[in-house]
Amino acid sequence: MNDKNRTELDNVVKPPVTSVGVLGWIRANLFNSWFNSILTLLTLLLMWKIIPPFVNWAFIDSLWYSSSAECREIEGACWSVIPSNLRFMLFGFYPYDQQWRPFLAIILLIGLLFYSRNRAHWKTSLLYGWLIGLVVMGLLMKGGIPGLKPVESTQWGGLPLTLLLSVFGLAAAYPLGVILALGRQSEMPAIKSICIIYIEMIRGVPLITLLFMSSIVFPLFLPEGMTVNPILRAQVAIIMFTAAYIAEVVRGGLQGMSTGQFEAAESLGLNYYQTMRLVILPQALKIVIPPTVSQLISALKDTSLVVIIALYDILKTTQSTLSNPEWMAYSSEAYFFVALIYFACCYFMSSYSRRLEEELDTGL
Amino acid sequence: MNKKTAVAVKDKLSDDAIIEITGMHKWFGEFHVLQDINLTVQKKERIVICGPSGSGKSTLIRCINRLEEHQRGSIVVDGIALTNDIKNIEKIRAEVGMVFQHFNLFPHLTIVENLTLGPIWVRKIPKKEAEETAMYYLEKVQIAEQAQKFPGQLSGGQQQRVAIARSLCMAPKVMLFDEPTSALDPEMIKEVLDVMIDLAREGMTMLVVTHEMGFAKSVAHRVLFMDYGQIVEQNTPEEFFDNPKHDRTKLFLSQILH
Repeated sequence: MNDKNRTELDNVVKPPVTSVGVLGWIRANLFNSWFNSILTLLTLLLMWKIIPPFVNWAFIDSLWYSSSAECREIEGACWSVIPSNLRFMLFGFYPYDQQWRPFLAIILLIGLLFYSRNRAHWKTSLLYGWLIGLVVMGLLMKGGIPGLKPVESTQWGGLPLTLLLSVFGLAAAYPLGVILALGRQSEMPAIKSICIIYIEMIRGVPLITLLFMSSIVFPLFLPEGMTVNPILRAQVAIIMFTAAYIAEVVRGGLQGMSTGQFEAAESLGLNYYQTMRLVILPQALKIVIPPTVSQLISALKDTSLVVIIALYDILKTTQSTLSNPEWMAYSSEAYFFVALIYFACCYFMSSYSRRLEEELDTGL
Repeated sequence: MNKKTAVAVKDKLSDDAIIEITGMHKWFGEFHVLQDINLTVQKKERIVICGPSGSGKSTLIRCINRLEEHQRGSIVVDGIALTNDIKNIEKIRAEVGMVFQHFNLFPHLTIVENLTLGPIWVRKIPKKEAEETAMYYLEKVQIAEQAQKFPGQLSGGQQQRVAIARSLCMAPKVMLFDEPTSALDPEMIKEVLDVMIDLAREGMTMLVVTHEMGFAKSVAHRVLFMDYGQIVEQNTPEEFFDNPKHDRTKLFLSQILH
């Protein structure tokens, strides 16, 4: 059929009104069978029951900036718990007058993360940017240079601690996981079995156990007088744990590669490392972006477990705030706020991964 | 293919061997897939290998760049013996180009990146120079306008021509073709064969596993017939097609030449 005929036909034959537009959509999606119609009505009823009371509680009857005494007079949410305790929730026991330092460090970190989102910025200069950024962040947190009072890492807490454990935990666990996955695929029996034993052992143990081991058992083996920073120990435990899971995800991607890709790379004369780095991993890692990100998201949330070795991450500082009798009654509001922070971090990762997938899509 | 080009393509051979296979055996587990293979390939010689499926013809050429490992006998390529020495294997692979049935382009790289990968990383050629070479060969297989696309955006015939160009960018001394047209739609076979005929005209040493008997007739110096892991018969194409000696060859030819 040629184009002219086509337009003429289009003008004559229109789809029926009930199958297009808003009406069509409603019919097709909400009321296309008696079962779905009942579901739609039930959902509407549920929304009617839940949404208005929630809006009342959260926005209409709520107080945003008041004392706890005023909060007791009202029915709605007492969001005041957040601004009143914000600095302790965010920065824990960090010296009050120095809290601009972790604040600045967080801003720097977020800035770098956002800048790195754009793949056009991935150059060697960005690597240097990160290195400088890390040194600056470290100096800001730790101090000890003229003009910055030293602050012991035992006083670090709240959001900087959560971000520190997450960002470096994930950044280190990912390459380690890839190496473990390659090791598990290796033809050399020694390397292969070491990787398998490592992965299976770590995956067979809960993270809490690893954290306990790193904070209680591990120091027993150190020579007397020698200590390792507790944050570093937790960090290592998180990296080891996450890497084992990443390794299995990546292995799935490696197994999804066709032998033809290996053969094509090898027949060009590329050696093992070049084949892996230039041909196999870029494809395999792309395939496993969704499960990898799931793993990273769950690792981020797992950092809250460091509370059991007495580190004050943002969840623990919030909890401490709530032990104050003045604010004890408003835990929902405080946890809601923490949930929002976790959600923002996780959503950043998942939305970024979706973007990355689109950018890396090459039609095959 | 007319008779005139066919004659023009066949030039004189030099006498130095580039591939020497002697007493080579290979097993897949218990299965004796290649039995006592002896084959010497001269520089600029073009050999077509045919035979029923499972006869070991693909395995034979895959042994030449060690995608398959042989268990007995020796294979010497360009003066280097194929052993377990990984350095030798990589050296030989750089000199021997391979074109696969399923193209095996790298889907995450653009066409021009596919072509420059080997030269940049194996031959250590500067990127700019490698890209110029790549464009030269893309021109040659008439696909230069697709240089910035990804393999997934190209047709099968185009992909296979890119795959040939990718091998040529390494300036190989020998080209191996493993059923290069078997995965193509009929209308795309000719464009790939044309590229291969051009290559033959320029004096490339070629070993081609194929069922395209027209190609064998017009381009090959020698046709090898394999069955059950052995080279059953080898001859010039004229003799091979007009006057096959062996019963199995006759049967095979009667089945494929209708």
